[in-house]
Amino acid sequence: MAKTTYFDALRASRLWRSIFRSGTGSSTLHNALAIQQNVFLHLFSTKVRRRMVSFSATWYLGTLTFGTFLILVITGILLMLYYHPSVPQAYADTKDLQFVVSSGLFLRNLHRWSAHAMVFLVFAHMFKVFYRGAYRPPREFNWVIGIVLLIVTLLLSYTGYLLPWDQLAFWAITVGSNIASAVPLFGNKVHFLMLGGNLVNANALLRFYVLHCMILPLAAIFFIAIHFWRIRKDGGLYAYHSEPSTLAAKGSSPPDVAEALPKGVS
Amino acid sequence: MPEEKQKDATAGEFDRREFFVKLGLGSLGIAAAGTAVFAYQFMSPNVLYEPSPIVNAGRPEGYALDSVTLDVNSGIYLIRSKEGFFALSAVCTHLGCLTTWKPELGIIACPCHGSKFRREGEKIEGPAPKPLPWLRTWISDEGDLMVDRSTVIRPMEFVRV
Repeated sequence: MAKTTYFDALRASRLWRSIFRSGTGSSTLHNALAIQQNVFLHLFSTKVRRRMVSFSATWYLGTLTFGTFLILVITGILLMLYYHPSVPQAYADTKDLQFVVSSGLFLRNLHRWSAHAMVFLVFAHMFKVFYRGAYRPPREFNWVIGIVLLIVTLLLSYTGYLLPWDQLAFWAITVGSNIASAVPLFGNKVHFLMLGGNLVNANALLRFYVLHCMILPLAAIFFIAIHFWRIRKDGGLYAYHSEPSTLAAKGSSPPDVAEALPKGVS
Repeated sequence: MPEEKQKDATAGEFDRREFFVKLGLGSLGIAAAGTAVFAYQFMSPNVLYEPSPIVNAGRPEGYALDSVTLDVNSGIYLIRSKEGFFALSAVCTHLGCLTTWKPELGIIACPCHGSKFRREGEKIEGPAPKPLPWLRTWISDEGDLMVDRSTVIRPMEFVRV
C-alpha cells in the first residue's frame, strides 16, 4: 500500500478535480483518461508501446524540431519587445539587442541558432521518415502535412533573414524576391505583392515582419496540431514491426489503441 | 438520344431545398471571389514612397573623359566616352545585385554571381540573361545631366554636350 502523500491529497481536492476530471486512480483507464481529457495531450495516443518511444525508433527528430520551434516562439516574442520594424530603427535595434539590452545577445543568438537547428532537424526528420518508409499508407496525408510544415519553416527562415536590416539581409531578399519575379506571366506581380513595392524598402520590411511574427507562426501551429493529431489517427508512431502486414505475418492483430479502452473512450 | 431529351426536360427543375442550396453556395462563391479581389487590391499599394526614377547627375563638366562613375544610391553608371555621355543601369539583370566598375580590368562586374559586362553594357560572361540597359539621359534647361531610370533606350545613343 502506497503512502498517501501531500500530492495525493491535492489531487483529491475539489479544485484539482474541477480542472482534471480523470481522477486519482493509477489503472490503465485512468492513465489513458489523463491523456485523453487534457486539451494539450489529447492530440496524442492514449497508449503507446515503450518500444515506439525509445530513442532508436525516431531519434526524437520530430520532437526536437518541435522543441526548437517552442524556443523560437519564446525568444521571438521577447525580441519583439525591443525591435521596431521600421527602416531607420530596425538595424539600430538589432545592434541594441546585441550590445545594450541585458541578455539581448543571448536571446538573439538563441533565436538564430535555434532557427538554424530547426531547419536542420526538419530535414533530418524528413530523411528519417523517408528512409524508414513511414510516409506510406496510412501515413501519406501526414507526409503531405509535413511538406507544408517544411515550406512554412523555410518561409519563416527567409522572412526572418530580412529583419536585422543589414547589407546581408537587404541583398539576400533582393536576390530572393527577384527569383520570384522569374515566374512566368505573373512573376512581377508576385514580386510586387511580396515586397509591397518595386524595391526592398519600408513596406517589404513591414510585410516580412508581419509574416514572420504573426501569419507564418500561426500557420505553423495550425499544421503542427494536425500533424500530431494525425500520428494518433494513423495508428501511432511508425516503427518497424508495427505495420499490419508484418504483424499479420506473425499471426497477431494490428495495434489498435481503441481496443484497449472501454467503449465510449477513444 | 431520347434519354437525353428526357433529361433536358427535367434538367431545369429542382425542389426548394436544392434551390436554397444552390443560392447559398452561389452567394458564397461570389463572396469568395469578391474577397479574393479585395485581398489582391488591399495587398497592392496605390502610393509608393520610393525614390523618384529621375536623377540629377550634376554638371557634365564634373565627369572626366573616359570615366565611369557609379552612383550607389540611384544604382546608375554615368559614363563619359569619346562619343558622348550615357547612363547605364548598375542593377544586374540576373537577380538585382548592384554591380561595380573594375577600372583595372575595364569591365563591370557583379559581386553576387559573377556576371561581367563591358562598359557599354553587353554581357561578357556569367548568368545575367540580358545586357545592362541604357537609360534615357538628357541635359536639363539648367545644364545638368538628367537620367530617367524608368526609361530604357537603345544602346549607343550618346548625349553630346
